[in-house]
Amino acid sequence: MLFLDHIWLIPLFPAFGAAIMFFFGRRLQKATVSAVCVGVVVVAFLFGCGAVWQYTHWSATPEHYHQPFQKIIYTWLGSGDGQLNFVKRDGTLASFNADAGFLLDPLSSIWLLFVTGVGMLIHIYSTGYMAHEGGYYRFFGYMNLFMFSMLTLILANNYMLLFVGWEGVGLCSYLLIGFYFHRNSASTAANKAFIVNRIGDAGFILGALTLAWYLGSFRFTDINKLAHSGSFAIGDPVLTAAALLLFVGGCGKSAQLPLYVWLPDAMEGPTPVSALIHAATMVTAGVYMVARSNAIFVLAPTAMLVVAIVGALTAVFAASIALVQNDIKRVLAYSTVSQLGYMFLALGVGAFAAGVFHVFTHAFFKALLFLGSGSVIHAMNGEQDMRNMGNLQRHIPTTYKTMLIATLAIAGVFPFAGFFSKDEILWQTWTKESDAYRILWFIGYVTALMTAFYMFRLMYLTFYSPSRMSHEVEHHVHESPKSMTVPLVILALCSIGAGWLSWPHSLGGSAHFEKFLEPVFAREAVVLSEEGKSAQLAAGEKEAEHTDKTEYLLMFLSLGAAAVGWGMARRSYLNAGKGYVEPIAAKAPPLYTVLYNKWFVDEGYDYVFTGRRKLGNIRLGVMGAGEASSWFDAKIIDGVVNDVGWVTRAVATLSTWWDKWIIDGVGVNGPAILARMISYPVRLFEWGLVQWYALVMVAGLLGFGVYYVWK
Amino acid sequence: MVPITTLHYLVVAAALFVLGVIGVLTRRNVVIVLMSIELILNAVNLNLVAFSRMWGNLHGQVFAIFVVVDAAAEAAVGLGILIAFFRNKETINVDEIDLLKW
Repeated sequence: MLFLDHIWLIPLFPAFGAAIMFFFGRRLQKATVSAVCVGVVVVAFLFGCGAVWQYTHWSATPEHYHQPFQKIIYTWLGSGDGQLNFVKRDGTLASFNADAGFLLDPLSSIWLLFVTGVGMLIHIYSTGYMAHEGGYYRFFGYMNLFMFSMLTLILANNYMLLFVGWEGVGLCSYLLIGFYFHRNSASTAANKAFIVNRIGDAGFILGALTLAWYLGSFRFTDINKLAHSGSFAIGDPVLTAAALLLFVGGCGKSAQLPLYVWLPDAMEGPTPVSALIHAATMVTAGVYMVARSNAIFVLAPTAMLVVAIVGALTAVFAASIALVQNDIKRVLAYSTVSQLGYMFLALGVGAFAAGVFHVFTHAFFKALLFLGSGSVIHAMNGEQDMRNMGNLQRHIPTTYKTMLIATLAIAGVFPFAGFFSKDEILWQTWTKESDAYRILWFIGYVTALMTAFYMFRLMYLTFYSPSRMSHEVEHHVHESPKSMTVPLVILALCSIGAGWLSWPHSLGGSAHFEKFLEPVFAREAVVLSEEGKSAQLAAGEKEAEHTDKTEYLLMFLSLGAAAVGWGMARRSYLNAGKGYVEPIAAKAPPLYTVLYNKWFVDEGYDYVFTGRRKLGNIRLGVMGAGEASSWFDAKIIDGVVNDVGWVTRAVATLSTWWDKWIIDGVGVNGPAILARMISYPVRLFEWGLVQWYALVMVAGLLGFGVYYVWK
Repeated sequence: MVPITTLHYLVVAAALFVLGVIGVLTRRNVVIVLMSIELILNAVNLNLVAFSRMWGNLHGQVFAIFVVVDAAAEAAVGLGILIAFFRNKETINVDEIDLLKW
């Protein structure tokens, strides 16, 4: 059990590589950098293979049957003795604990394998692609740091450690998008990715804390146990809220509506970065997290429905934009957003295994497409505009062949990988109990048609149509070195064969992949089918027809969509010479304008959220509203307050004046002054000598006496 | 020997009264003024007693006793005021006691 017991080493290998690059990278030769950084990922891949192999044996033993393997190194947050206590929703005390713990179960096994595997191939490819670039060690240091973060995310046994990886991959994504930091567009794209992801991360952390508050633990095993215990009703509002918040996180990381805007801009990074981070691995972290939280999600049908609807809408929305883009990497970026939408559609309809399977196959063919486009760009000496390409199949045959395989895979052509995973998703959506899901199926189906069209458009414009290159460029076009083509070939083989792991029953297969994932999703299937049964009973005993016939029909329809898309692209672009006109632009110019400008979502966000758009001096949107309300507060509310104050003061001044001069002056002091004036002559008689008064009395008496005597 | 008639008494009383009035009007010392007022009151007493004797009843005499009591009370109050005043002003000269003028 060497590998399984030391599973915690897996993320540390790339971390070691990143540390070397960080401290000594500047002084190392390019060859040394390649050896160290590719080497650690190869070791991680081999170690991962060993761990998964040992896990399959371990979980087959009776005492560990279908158990997840958990290895807790130490308690990372909190100390286990209840120092960080909090009161749960039900009033009991729980301690805030997060382990530095690692979990291996079928779900993380799959991610572990394809992340390290595809990561390894992309690292090898990068040694060729980045050979002439500056900052070589910096690039590989970031790539290794990314691998470390992604593996932490995958292997974490609780939401907090997962969040560490989650933020780590976000950071590396930021660093690598902004790798060409001297380009303004790259640094703004990096900022955009980081900022938009913050919105999602806020949702994620709130969701995880809600779960902890409600269930008392961050650990997946504990949460699953509680969710399975049956003590929570289906549709529990708190769990629904938690699930929706987690999905907000998933929307940010996995580029779903309305937070997908950062992913197309992330193409500013070097192409291997686009392949590794923005196609194969990091953007599937949201899918991983939702799949990991499946026990919560099945208890929240509303959240599931939201996931399914957002997924389906994202799929068709991004595919519609991809129809008319000219930058080869942008087409692939929107294609990635669209395929991620498929994955969420699958999760939303409860087909977790199908969603995970699509992640798995998508990792190969999308990584291949990106690496192939990188090879094209490399050959074209940095040119990314498909209008300036054409007829490259002759110059770069290996790239052409491998990309054709990837295109067939993503378009869903039998027997390439995408056929199996995409078909499984559409089939699961179709067979969902409620008929309303048929709308989602239809959206998915239209998306499949669009996917075939834009992918073959890309192929025709790049490889088949008459050359639109300048002679100078055409002269220099060259096939990429072995270090780039070998990964392409390996990925092409995977793009063909990966789908066979889940060969459907209807075609005589045994769906190994689904069976492998059964321990993770089995209980959820039970919950969902019970839920479905009750829904069916309510709907009047409608019997869902799980017949092979329908499945064959749907498969046939899917292949038809791929064929139609192919045919349309062939007719439109096979002979696209210099200055060709897009068929959509010719037939429906307004639609073309809207699609070409990506539904004006970025402009809309500019108007609504960023406040960069101004009308005169006034910002528009939320910032503008903030400023407007600030202005309203300062000028109108405070103005009214101040005016009222002014009026009060004026009235008070007047009233003071009235009191002082009229009441006091005329009413009170006036009579007093009058009395004083009148009394003045009188008081002169009273000068204070008592004996004078007495003398006057005596004189008066004598006067009276004399008067009476005389009379 | 000439008999002492009421007239004699009245003349003595009038003399006393005039002496009292002159004392009140001319002396500055309040104690002397009070003593002069005593003289005036006693002049009145003399009149009352003389008329009582003339009419042969006791009404006048009773009245005179009332006046004596009144005089005693008046002297007591007057001297009380005088002491209180002296404590504040350190003077008992009547020309300096002029606080109640306007």
